[in-house]
Amino acid sequence: MQMKLKLTGTKRTRSNAITYGIVVLAFLLVQIVDGTGNLTSSLRGQLVPICAYIVMAISLNLTVGILGELSLGHAGFMSLGAFSGVIVSVSLQESIVSDPVRLLVSLVIGAVIAGLFGIVVGVPALRLRGDYLAIVTLAFGEIIKNVINTLHVGIGRNGLRISMTDQASLNLGEGGTVIIQGPIGAVGINKTSTFTAGIILILVTLFIVLNLVHSRSGRAIMAVRDNRIAAESVGISVTRYKLTAFIISAALAGAAGALYALNYSTVVARKFDFNTSILVLVFVVLGGIGNIRGSIIAATVLTVLPEMLRAFNDYRMLAYAIILIIVMLTSNNDQLKQLIQRATSIFRRNKDSRRKGEESTHA
Amino acid sequence: MPSTSKMVPVPSRAIIPERDLNATPILEVSHLSVHFGGLNAVEDFSIIVGRTEIAGLIGPNGAGKTTVFNLLTKVYQPTRGAILLDGNDTAGMNTVQISQAGIARTFQNIRLFQSLSVADNVKIGLHNQVKYSTMSGILRLPSFWRSERRAHDEAMELLSIFNMQHMANYKAGSLPYGAQRRLEIVRALATRPSLLLLDEPAAGMNPSETEELMANIIKIRDMFQIAIMLIEHDMRLVMGICEGIAVLNYGKIIAKGTPEEIQADPAVIEAYLGQKKEA
Ligand SMILES: Nc1ncnc2c1ncn2[C@@H]1O[C@H](COP(=O)(O)OP(=O)(O)O)[C@@H](O)[C@H]1O
Ligand SMILES: [Mg+2]
Repeated sequence: MQMKLKLTGTKRTRSNAITYGIVVLAFLLVQIVDGTGNLTSSLRGQLVPICAYIVMAISLNLTVGILGELSLGHAGFMSLGAFSGVIVSVSLQESIVSDPVRLLVSLVIGAVIAGLFGIVVGVPALRLRGDYLAIVTLAFGEIIKNVINTLHVGIGRNGLRISMTDQASLNLGEGGTVIIQGPIGAVGINKTSTFTAGIILILVTLFIVLNLVHSRSGRAIMAVRDNRIAAESVGISVTRYKLTAFIISAALAGAAGALYALNYSTVVARKFDFNTSILVLVFVVLGGIGNIRGSIIAATVLTVLPEMLRAFNDYRMLAYAIILIIVMLTSNNDQLKQLIQRATSIFRRNKDSRRKGEESTHA
Repeated sequence: MPSTSKMVPVPSRAIIPERDLNATPILEVSHLSVHFGGLNAVEDFSIIVGRTEIAGLIGPNGAGKTTVFNLLTKVYQPTRGAILLDGNDTAGMNTVQISQAGIARTFQNIRLFQSLSVADNVKIGLHNQVKYSTMSGILRLPSFWRSERRAHDEAMELLSIFNMQHMANYKAGSLPYGAQRRLEIVRALATRPSLLLLDEPAAGMNPSETEELMANIIKIRDMFQIAIMLIEHDMRLVMGICEGIAVLNYGKIIAKGTPEEIQADPAVIEAYLGQKKEA
C-alpha cells in the first residue's frame, strides 16, 4: 500500500522534473549551438518571444485547462504587462542602472498591473454562473488595445504624465522623454530582455503553476472545474478559487508581456490583438488542455516553424485554423469537447442549451 | 440490525431516538416549502432528527425527496419555512456555509471530481479541515508539508472505512459504480459533518453490496456519532437500518414513524408500496 502511494508521489515529482529538465536542456542546447556559431540570427531574434509565448501558453492553460474557463482576450493582459513594463523600465532608467534589476522590477510591476486588471475583469465575470468570462475577456482585449492606441505617456520634470489626446498635452518640458506615442506605440525602449531572463521567467512560471496545481488551492480550483455543485457542497467557495486562478493567470501573462516588450526598441498595441489571444489558445489546445508540458512544446514549435517556413507565412493563420479544427473534430479529450460546446453555446444561446444548463444545475 | 434505542414522541408528532432526547436535535425543520413556478415541489415539510439518529426519507419518484436535500443544503432557497441546524437558524446561509455548519451530502446522480484521483477527491472534502494558504502552497512553506501529510493520512484513514485505500491513486471517474457511491460518502465524511445526507446510496448496487452498505452506514454513525438522513428505494435497507422514517408524496409528508408503523400505514401502502408493486 505504502509502496504504491510513494510510487505515484515519485511519478508526479518525476513528471514535473521532466518538464523543468526540458526547459533547462533547451537553454543549454541553445547556448551550445550559439557558442559554436550555428544559431541563425533569425532564430536568435525569436528566442525571447518564444519564452514570452511559452509563459503565455502556460498562463492561459491555467485558466482554460486547470480552471476550465474560456478566455478569449489573454493578449490584453500581455499588453498591459508590456506597456506598464516599458513605462517602468524607461522611468527607472536613471535610478536603477543594472539592466537585470530594472528588468526584474519591470516584470514584477507588469505582472502586478495585469493581475489587478485580472481582478477588475474576473470579479464581475466569474461571480456569475455561466460562460461570461469568454465574452468579457474578448471585449477586454479589444478595449485595452484601443485605449493604449490613443494613450500618450511621458516622463518629465513633473514625473509621469498621461494624456488621452496628444503628445503636446503631456507638458513634459525640457529634457522630458516620451514613452508611449498613441498609435505609434512605445518607442526608444532600452532592450533589457535576454534569453536567460526568459528561461528564468519560464521556470518561475512553472514553479508557480505546478506547485499551485498540487496544493490545497489547486485541488479546490480543479474541484470547481470538475463539478461546481459538489465543490460547494464540501465548502469550497467557487468565486474565490476561480478568481485565484484567473488573477495568477493574468499576472503571469503580464510578466510575459513585459518580457516581450523589453526585447524590442518599439512596441505597438496592435501586436496584442485578438489574433494573438487566439494564437496562444491554439498553443494550449494543441499542447493539450491542462497539459503544461504540452503548452511549452506547442508554443515553441508553432513559433519556430513559421519562421522556418517563411514562404508560407501568408497561410499561417489559415494553417492554424485548419489544425485547430482537425484537433477539435478528432480529439477525444472530454475537457476539449466541453470547451467547444461552451464556446459554441456562447454564440448560439438558444432555448435548448439553456435548458441543458438548468438540468446540470439540478443536484 | 436492531436499533439500540426506543423511539419516543416529541412535539409536532415527530419521534427521535430516546438516547438523543436530552440534547438539541441536530435538525429541526418546520413548514419547509418550495415552489417551482406552479409546482409545489415541497409543501409544509416538518421533521426532527436526533443527534445520532439514522432517519429515512422515502416516497415515489418525483415526490420531492431530493428537493428536500437541496433545500437543507441551500442549493435551492426555500419559499417558506425554517431549518434549524443544531438549534441555529440557517436562514440566509449559502451552500458553502451550510457545509461549514455541519451538513454534508451525497448526490443521487453521482457528482465526483471525475478527472481527479480518489485520494484527491477525499482531500478536497478535507478543504476546510486541513488548511494552509495559496501562498504557502506555491512557495512550499513548512505549513504546506505539514498539512499535506496530515491531509494524506486523514484521507487514507477515511478511505479505510470502506476498504478503499488501495484505490487511492485511481481516477475517480474510472471507479465501478458502487465504489463511486462509496467514495462520495467518504468525501462527505471528510468535511466532518454532524448531519450526513445520503441520496439513494444503494442505487445500482447488488444485494451483497447493499448488505455491506447497511453495515457501513451503522458503522459510520457509531464511529462518528453523527446523524444520517437517507433517501432510498430499497425497502430492505430503509426498514433495516432507519429508526425514524418520513414518507413524502407529491411534496407533502403523508406519514412519519418507526419502520413498523410505516409498514402498517394504509396511506403509505396506498401511495408508495402499492405503486411499487404496480411498476
Ligand atoms: N430546479 C427545479 N425546477 C423545477 N422543478 C424542479 C426542480 N427541481 C425539482 N423539480 C421538480 O420537483 C419535483 C420533485 O423532484 P425530486 O425532489 O427530484 O423528486 P425525488 O423525490 O424523486 O427525489 C419533480 O416534479 C421535479 O421535476
Ligand atoms: Mg431524487
